[in-house]
Amino acid sequence: MHYADNVDYPRLLSRPSIYIPGLGLLFGVLLYTQAGATSLGKALVELFGLAEGSPLAANLLVALLITAVVALNVAVVMRLSIRHQMYAVWVELALLVLLFFYSFDLSFEFIRRKIGFLLTQGLVTTLYVSAISIVVASVLAMIGAIAKLSSNGIALGIANFYTSLFRGLPLLMQIYMIYLGLPQLGYVINAVPAGILALSLCYGAYMTEIFRAGIESIPKGQWEASRALGLRPRDTLTRIILPQAMRIIIPPTGNQFIAMLKDSSLVSVVGVWELMYLARTQGQTEFRHVEMMITASLIYWILSIVLELVQARIERRFNRAQMR
Amino acid sequence: MMQKKKLSLVETAPEPMGATPAVQIKSLSKWYGTFQALKNVNLTIARGEKLVICGPSGSGKSTLIRTINALESFQEGQILVDGIELTRKPEAVEAVRKRVGMVFQQFNLFPHLTVLENCMLALRLVRGVSQKVAEERALHYLGKVRIPDQAHKYASQLSGGQQQRVAIARALSMQPDIMLFDEPTSALDPEMVKEVLDTMTQLAGEGMTMAVVTHEMGFARQVADRVVFMDRGEIVEQGTPSEFFSNPKELRARTFLSQILH
Ligand SMILES: Nc1ncnc2c1ncn2[C@@H]1O[C@H](COP(=O)(O)OP(=O)(O)OP(=O)(O)O)[C@@H](O)[C@H]1O
Ligand SMILES: [Mg+2]
Repeated sequence: MHYADNVDYPRLLSRPSIYIPGLGLLFGVLLYTQAGATSLGKALVELFGLAEGSPLAANLLVALLITAVVALNVAVVMRLSIRHQMYAVWVELALLVLLFFYSFDLSFEFIRRKIGFLLTQGLVTTLYVSAISIVVASVLAMIGAIAKLSSNGIALGIANFYTSLFRGLPLLMQIYMIYLGLPQLGYVINAVPAGILALSLCYGAYMTEIFRAGIESIPKGQWEASRALGLRPRDTLTRIILPQAMRIIIPPTGNQFIAMLKDSSLVSVVGVWELMYLARTQGQTEFRHVEMMITASLIYWILSIVLELVQARIERRFNRAQMR
Repeated sequence: MMQKKKLSLVETAPEPMGATPAVQIKSLSKWYGTFQALKNVNLTIARGEKLVICGPSGSGKSTLIRTINALESFQEGQILVDGIELTRKPEAVEAVRKRVGMVFQQFNLFPHLTVLENCMLALRLVRGVSQKVAEERALHYLGKVRIPDQAHKYASQLSGGQQQRVAIARALSMQPDIMLFDEPTSALDPEMVKEVLDTMTQLAGEGMTMAVVTHEMGFARQVADRVVFMDRGEIVEQGTPSEFFSNPKELRARTFLSQILH
């Protein structure tokens, strides 16, 4: 990769001046935050049958143990190839996050009982609301971007007003406006279409700016070469400019899709039975909020990971030609 | 592997279009805002003629040749290409661009397409030629600009000189009557200038009508029928290369030549 120079600078974590103070700091922080009194600390103290009854000794023991594990872990991971390092670290951090959730003393029996409904009703709704919104928002964004770059005053006016309004108003407000406002005009709209419409309009407005910036980033010489060859405006845009602009458009668009996925939870305010709504209502019945929230969060996370992977694939495709 | 076969860059024989000049420019004026970039320019390019346009930076050379294929607009005057009046109407612009090929200083190859696709795309989309015929024709012209076996590479994998020759092949694939070159060698390293000029010389030898903005005076002497010298948006002087280089009449032309020839 061109981001790294061809010089083997000493690895950050292999420098004693970095890792010794680093481990020292970790040890100090653990000691200061009374690691011995945490649930993990207590478990460790019990496991080793040492230092029971003495908080200071327990703190010292736990801090030392954790620091040693971290040091060992770093030493091992340092020896892997960059790819394996990446995976190893990713998995370790994910396990820590899961461990954090695990420490909440969750009722897995409750989760098992509810997850079916959460998935078949909540996840499915979230998925199709998001998927339709993603498609509609992309179409709106493309139209908006072309309008913004056109020399048509009316199109320009509409596009500018559109992005200003829908980027400017809070999404929650937009959802209410469409769901409660449109019936005032005589158009009764169901909750799901209202949610989809609001998400599409809002994210279409954000993405209009992304698409516009992507198109504008293509040098003027590309337009000129295409015109000189006689290509019509439409072909110039779709065959020459957009394929190149995609490289620039895709990363921020992937971001928007992930954000939209989670913002789709806002449509629960109008009573759409999507993931977040069900997580909240199902938890209420038995005072098991945390279980449902964590389950829903993990589902969102998994969906985001899927989107990230899709994005990476598409990026690779458009990067095929090494560009100047 | 020597290719000794004489390659012809121009397929179409000189057309029997009588006396219609390739390009007629009449009293052309152009403004960028309040700045007048072209001042009442009159210029006729005959069929088969090789014209070299030179002049100091900012004198309006690019602006002039870019008006010929409507990459720049103009406010006053008239341009006729093969007798077709260039207006802002889509049909007029289409008809003109069909007859005019252009080569840019910065090559402007399409980086997301291979060399072959660069040469085929407009054939497919504009001429409606079949995939097979388009590919044959593109390969034919790539062969002629001596881009051997690079057809499936991307532009960024070629040297500057090769890229510019691909750009020439791309323009030729459309089989234009007139070729415009805007400083085609100015962005090239010295050792690559020659390969591009050789290709252009070969093209000239085959009867193509050419308008070339360049400061390559060797090329002008060897190839040009006429040299046009511009300054501040005007054609100040014109003549055959030998007249112009050995005995420039205007002070501005003399000053320019002394600077460029050291
Ligand atoms: N888009 C533009 N807007 C405003 N002024 C412009 C624009 N394009 C060119 N000009 C001006 O018009 C004049 C002629 O420009 P042009 O590019 O035709 O010069 P040139 O002879 O090709 O110069 P060079 O040798 O540097 O390429 C210059 O003074 C330039 O500053
Ligand atoms: Mg120029």
